[in-house]
Amino acid sequence: MTTTVLPRVNYLNHEHGVASWLLTKDHKRIGILYLIVVAVAFFLGAIFAAGVRMELTTPQGDLVSADTYNKLFTAHGVMMVFFVLIPVVPAILGNFAMPLMIGAKDVAFPKLNLLSWYVFVIGFLFTIAALIFGGVDTGWTFYTPYSSTASNSNVMLTGLGVFIAGFSSILTGLNFMVTIHRMRAPGMTWFRLPLFVWAIYATALVQVLGTPVVAITVLMMALERALGFGIFDPRLGGDPVLFQHLFWFYSHPAVYIMILPPMGAISEVIACFSRKNVFGYSFVAFSSLAIAVFGFLVWAHHLFVAGISPYSAMVFSFLSFAVAIPSAVKTFNWTATLYQGAIWWRAPMMWVFGFIGLFLIGGLTGLFLASLGLDVHLHDTYFVVAHFHYIMVGGAIMGFLAGLHFWWPKMTGRMYSDGAATLSALLVFVGFNLTFGPQFILGYLGMPRRYHVYPDEYQVLNVLSSAGTSILGVGYTLTAVYLIYSLFRGERAGANPWLATGLEWNNTDSPPLPHNFSDLPVVSEGAYEYSKRGMKVA
Amino acid sequence: MPNGAAAHADHHGHHAHHPALQHHFESLEQQHEASTLGMWVFLVTEVMFFGGLLMAYLLYRVWYPGAWAEASLALDIVLGGINTAVLIASSFTMAMAVRAAQTGRHQHTVRWLILTMALGLTFLVIKYFEYAHKFELREVPGPDFEWHGQFPYQAQIFFSLYFGLTGLHALHMIIGVTLLAVITWMAAKGRFTPEWYTPVEMSGLYWHFVDIVWIFLFPLLYLVDRAHGVAQVGV
Amino acid sequence: MLESIPLFPEQASSLAPEVDNLYFFVLAITGFFALLVAVLVVIFAIKYRDRTGNRVGAPITGSIPLELGWSIIPFFVSMAIFVWATVVFFHIVRPPDQTLEIYSTGKRWMWRFQHIDGQSEINELHVPLGRPVKVTFTSEDVLHSLYVPAFRVKADAIPGRYSSIWFTPTKTGQYHLFCAEYCGTKHSGMIGSVYVMDPDEYQAWLSGGGGLSMTARGEQLFQQLGCVSCHLNDGSGRGPSLAGKFGTQETLANGETVNVDDTYLRESILTPQLRLVAGYQPLMPTFQGLVNEEGVMSLIEYIKSLPAAPATGAATQTQAQGR
Repeated sequence: MTTTVLPRVNYLNHEHGVASWLLTKDHKRIGILYLIVVAVAFFLGAIFAAGVRMELTTPQGDLVSADTYNKLFTAHGVMMVFFVLIPVVPAILGNFAMPLMIGAKDVAFPKLNLLSWYVFVIGFLFTIAALIFGGVDTGWTFYTPYSSTASNSNVMLTGLGVFIAGFSSILTGLNFMVTIHRMRAPGMTWFRLPLFVWAIYATALVQVLGTPVVAITVLMMALERALGFGIFDPRLGGDPVLFQHLFWFYSHPAVYIMILPPMGAISEVIACFSRKNVFGYSFVAFSSLAIAVFGFLVWAHHLFVAGISPYSAMVFSFLSFAVAIPSAVKTFNWTATLYQGAIWWRAPMMWVFGFIGLFLIGGLTGLFLASLGLDVHLHDTYFVVAHFHYIMVGGAIMGFLAGLHFWWPKMTGRMYSDGAATLSALLVFVGFNLTFGPQFILGYLGMPRRYHVYPDEYQVLNVLSSAGTSILGVGYTLTAVYLIYSLFRGERAGANPWLATGLEWNNTDSPPLPHNFSDLPVVSEGAYEYSKRGMKVA
Repeated sequence: MPNGAAAHADHHGHHAHHPALQHHFESLEQQHEASTLGMWVFLVTEVMFFGGLLMAYLLYRVWYPGAWAEASLALDIVLGGINTAVLIASSFTMAMAVRAAQTGRHQHTVRWLILTMALGLTFLVIKYFEYAHKFELREVPGPDFEWHGQFPYQAQIFFSLYFGLTGLHALHMIIGVTLLAVITWMAAKGRFTPEWYTPVEMSGLYWHFVDIVWIFLFPLLYLVDRAHGVAQVGV
Repeated sequence: MLESIPLFPEQASSLAPEVDNLYFFVLAITGFFALLVAVLVVIFAIKYRDRTGNRVGAPITGSIPLELGWSIIPFFVSMAIFVWATVVFFHIVRPPDQTLEIYSTGKRWMWRFQHIDGQSEINELHVPLGRPVKVTFTSEDVLHSLYVPAFRVKADAIPGRYSSIWFTPTKTGQYHLFCAEYCGTKHSGMIGSVYVMDPDEYQAWLSGGGGLSMTARGEQLFQQLGCVSCHLNDGSGRGPSLAGKFGTQETLANGETVNVDDTYLRESILTPQLRLVAGYQPLMPTFQGLVNEEGVMSLIEYIKSLPAAPATGAATQTQAQGR
């Protein structure tokens, strides 16, 4: 392998100083920059969540005032959705790994890539400013007419932050789409692409087609609030429900911006630690595209009780069941990939096992909500809260952590403690189920979401949920601790510590060279040809 | 890796580096293809961006056809018509600028670009007078909105969408003119060659897109039920 | 202690068992698939574990029959859920013909219920056992959502529109009533109770006070606001006769037809010109600001109560045009 003769100059040490980071056009460094901001946003979002859960340990609203509580869950939602979940995999792992995986020296538009990060940070700062100047209490969904007429919190500033951050997502999607189309190394045909790249591509489609719609919707809401436009104002004949249609037209596909890239990362990790081809490669690849396309056709399932016609509800319910199929196909294929594998139990794989367990529950409970007759009862209850946390945290964050543990040696050149990582995956899995499991029961009992005060009989389940949060908190903190520790004391990783396939592992060092490869890679085989490596079959 | 080495040699042995070739591309063609695809994808995002407002437009037009006809009549069809002609002309001059860049005639490129900018500015000035008139008449959505027709409330929604759509379009025009100013400066400096004039071509795509948006907005906003409406006023 | 932790909501309406049966069906199906995958993952992870990291798995790349199988079987299973759930949904959104009508308005942060006979109550709703009840409601400010978990019904209250829920209570008692759509500071305080009473007790409660019936109040408003001067019952007025119009179809000036229902009547009171009945001039002023939501509801209730007058003059003409 060529890596042994490479000089020990890499993308982390070839330039020094703050300016070399803030002005970098290197996709790998930009990925690290995103990692830092997203980590800060995740920390803040987690603090807000802790506030919410502490308040809910007692039925009375005795810890914080109602207004503070409303601002806490709004801040949690805005922070986690727009500044963690949407960028977490595409902007961090996508930026770092995707160009390496397709054998490119960089993304197609490196300056635009850096600009996207600055736009993201500006959006983030606006949102932080909104929180510092008193917060916002509309919920992350900004439903009109509450947001446009009734709320007297910092709706404008938050809306502006979200609007600006949206452009970061649009530009990143555009950049990745062009990169995947035009920057692949010789021989890297579409069906030799790693599945992570397929997932990033499908995500880019959603980012490009969906994000502009929510941007304009938030802008209309802001204009309505500032200038009295009247588009969503029933007093002028406007329709407040139109906002929900436009909002979910983006925000439902946005769910797939959050979950598709982690699914891609899961495919990579499973293939590597089972030492096998991903079962049904083309089905897994096309299911990503199918999810991206169908994802645009199901938005009104958020409006089943918002006065839409029962017949259109029926159509949207049907389509929502249909979009579940490609997700099921992925899950079955991952399971089949394990069959007759040589499964190496290392930390990234532990996160994958956690992901499969939680994503199963999250995905299948989605069927309850797609069922019209059940959704009437379950809509806007804790059942929904539990469902989307299983998908977003159980799925997206677990998937991100699987990917981060997988590529961490590549990013930093160092290994973390495998034992600590396995323990932390276990803690997160247990803590997560304890936190959100009881919420399914609370939801079917009828406890509405966004409640500051609740009837006494719901207390025991709420206390369980809050207790789970503390385990979850310990798990995440542990992850942060050993990862940071590994930066200073971790063992040297070597170019390919997992003996994985893929250009990022086999054609460059860890950490990679400043311009990724010393020689332009030429690809002559599929992404997961472990069987051709001359190793013993288990 | 012999293959890699061959590719490497090929890469360096090929045509000498064009000054505009960025390090991460293998060739000018690849760079040009990437820019073109990027621009088209960007235009798709723009379509979606306007799409949200157009969706609202469509919904309310179906709900309130009477109000739409009434409010649309208050728009100045003459100024709107002139502006349409101005923009179509500017699309022509833009196309000529791209052609001139492609054939390497710098002076022509600069002249056509300046003409395009002038037309763009003409559009904005006319739009300014249209807006100013609406402000005088208090036909601007908000607490001071006044309307003396049958549908005061729904007319306000029409004007919200009118200002939203044309305002967003005007913002795109302003960005377009600024962009052209930069391109003109680059062209005057002789940066473009028939081999590489991608920025001119991309600005052209953008400019045509903004024109096309107006070609949709003009009938949607100014010509709602105009024939029928005029007949009614005639009675 | 453990018995006091509820794990399942009470069933107190005829819809509740339907919804719960569906719930258990979906639970069984999803539980089966979840267990199937989870067990397989655990078995494979243990059985095929390789401690060395130096071996590779079997060279299996996929199987078309399997892919088709696990696409098509889940599809049909999900279609079974879809059909059942849709049937239940139509039961939930389609009230039976004869219902006890109750009107309600939500505003931050209370629910006001108005019984036809005149009683009104705040954050409490009294209904009789065993009789289908339909609550028609709207919001005076932002979005709300009327939710009674024990009945398994919910609908958003949207300003400018009417929504409704219906239920037949099957068990006496006191049940939670929630606002389920976030509406600001005291969202979680916008709660109350539904009291399901034996029919006799309910009658006693009804007669226990309250002012004018809604119809009477509607009639009063009809006089006060001057509606009566144009909408003459024999159809000879400047506006169409309203007698017997509720639930019929009307032809509009632009040639379309419209169902005369709550929503159309409300719209015609507040924005009369939007959908004008054919054959009439746009003379009616708007009553927006002159009558509140409950007033509109009373007017609608009054219009509903008007018996069909013998058709004469303009009314016949309109009907003839409609054909």
